[in-house]
Amino acid sequence: MRLGNLWAFGEGPSRKGPVHVGSPGARPETGRIRISDVSIEFNTNGRRNVAVDGADLEVEPGEFICLLGPSGCGKSTLMNAVAGFVEPTAGHVEVDGKRVNGPAPERGMVFQQHSLFPWKSVRKNVAFGPRMAGHSVTESDSIARTFLGMVGLSAYGNHYPSQLSGGMQQRVGIARALANYPDVLLMDEPFGALDAQTRSMMQQNLVDLRQEFHTTIIFVTHDIEEAVFLADRIIVMSASPGRLIEDIRVDLPHPRTHEIVTEPRFVELKKQCLDLIRAETTRAFEQQGQAV
Amino acid sequence: MTDKTVSVADDPAKVEPVAPEAGATMADVPAEAPGESRTDVRTAVSRGGASDGGAATAVSTRAWLKKSSGTWWGRYTVRILSVLVLIGLWHLASTYDFRLLLNFENVPAPGVVGGVLLELLSSDTFYRHIAASVERVAIAFGLATVSGVALGVFMGRIRLVEDVFSPYVEIFRPIPAVAWIPLAILMLPTEQSSIIFITFLGAFFPIVLNTMHGVDQTPKDLVRAARALGASSTSILIHVVLPAALPSIVAGMAIGMGIAWFSLLAGEIISGQYGIGYFTWSSYSLIQYPQIIVGMVTIGLLGTLSTLLVRYGTRPFLRWQR
Repeated sequence: MRLGNLWAFGEGPSRKGPVHVGSPGARPETGRIRISDVSIEFNTNGRRNVAVDGADLEVEPGEFICLLGPSGCGKSTLMNAVAGFVEPTAGHVEVDGKRVNGPAPERGMVFQQHSLFPWKSVRKNVAFGPRMAGHSVTESDSIARTFLGMVGLSAYGNHYPSQLSGGMQQRVGIARALANYPDVLLMDEPFGALDAQTRSMMQQNLVDLRQEFHTTIIFVTHDIEEAVFLADRIIVMSASPGRLIEDIRVDLPHPRTHEIVTEPRFVELKKQCLDLIRAETTRAFEQQGQAV
Repeated sequence: MTDKTVSVADDPAKVEPVAPEAGATMADVPAEAPGESRTDVRTAVSRGGASDGGAATAVSTRAWLKKSSGTWWGRYTVRILSVLVLIGLWHLASTYDFRLLLNFENVPAPGVVGGVLLELLSSDTFYRHIAASVERVAIAFGLATVSGVALGVFMGRIRLVEDVFSPYVEIFRPIPAVAWIPLAILMLPTEQSSIIFITFLGAFFPIVLNTMHGVDQTPKDLVRAARALGASSTSILIHVVLPAALPSIVAGMAIGMGIAWFSLLAGEIISGQYGIGYFTWSSYSLIQYPQIIVGMVTIGLLGTLSTLLVRYGTRPFLRWQR
């Protein structure tokens, strides 16, 4: 097992040598998610708003799931229920047989942007989780160094987040979530705020990282190509109310590179998603028209 | 004393020629787009060089002032000149008994005030006045910071605490320091504690309100991120909420420091002993006008210095902002 500098785009010295991160090669035993008949309602200005309606989903350990849907369809809300930030109005979420009732370090979270602590150095940001888990300052620091090396940012440990580009900040965010050795990694449009070039590079790096790191991932996106490129399974959601309408298995071989995007099977899957999303968006539009 | 007045009387000669020059540039600079001003300076200088000598120096001085107003020392030169201009105008107004809207007949000239200041600076009592005031402000400000930040954090975090305390903050905050004097004397055991109490009130409210606001503005995603990383409520308070609120707390402290000096002056009317406020107030009763002005300027300077101390003292903790 070699866990080198998977994320280096030429900056920072690469880290060579073995690092224990999960169990390489084999599928992990932990990280099974069961979403049972989950509905989530909000009260906005006295009006009942159904964000998620009767979601049922089972995720195998080590699976990479993309939650795909038009904006406002409740995909982030559903993921927040898995994270423990939102309590379902009905139904429940279980991870490895344990019911979710609040956020926990076993479920790592990567946000869209601006979620690093701006007053902490990059290394202190990554060391925060280990510190909270009770590791000593030196232990936490060395864990942080390891994970910063993994995302190719060893040279930036002493920088403040504001001194880094958006892409680098997201890599720190991923390193920070991984430093807790989570069973599940929840990513809420993590590349959504990046420019196209950086986004495609980040996707490739995430694919590379998965060769070594078999955590279950739920990845929320509205970018169809991103979903097809990354996921083992794509769960398509409909808007208002948010329902899981399709479960598409992405049977493209691993590891993937960006050449895959022109292959017939990739295009076919993309079209399938596109048609579903388009139908959903049109329906949502018409519904809004009627409401007015 | 009169001696000194005469000797400083040639001051306007030194100050005056600078004044219209500085005034002109200050008026000119903002009128032009920053991109244009550069080329403008260059052409102005070359034009000035070709024509007669007097105009050339005037134009090049102006060009120099424009160019240097961008650098920090250039900007400070402008600030110092600005103060000198005021002193110059004050001197003219008081020597020529200016009387139009403002009446300068009984206002002592800057030279007289400077003389009194020098006299006071060589006496022990003046420093005892300053020391007494600095001590009171330090104690009152320290108490206001600790209690203000504590209450502000709780009000910002817990709705019940906010609901319980915000009526008090809202009602007591607009009451001026002078209005507190009778109650402060009635309620507190010593003169010293009454003055400190009044000074404390001045600093307390801006610190509470700014802390509360800063805590309230803590980005939700950062709190979520910390919770997802396993942080307890206490850890979130220390690692997320307080640092997030710090810029706002510091702003509150800087405002509070200014108001503390402001309130101190009211409080020191009580005191029959020492304090720069007492010094100023008693000078008024004794009709010592130069002393009043010395007292005013001293309060202004002490207030400015202590506010700068707050700003620079907290800067290391806010390095991440830039």
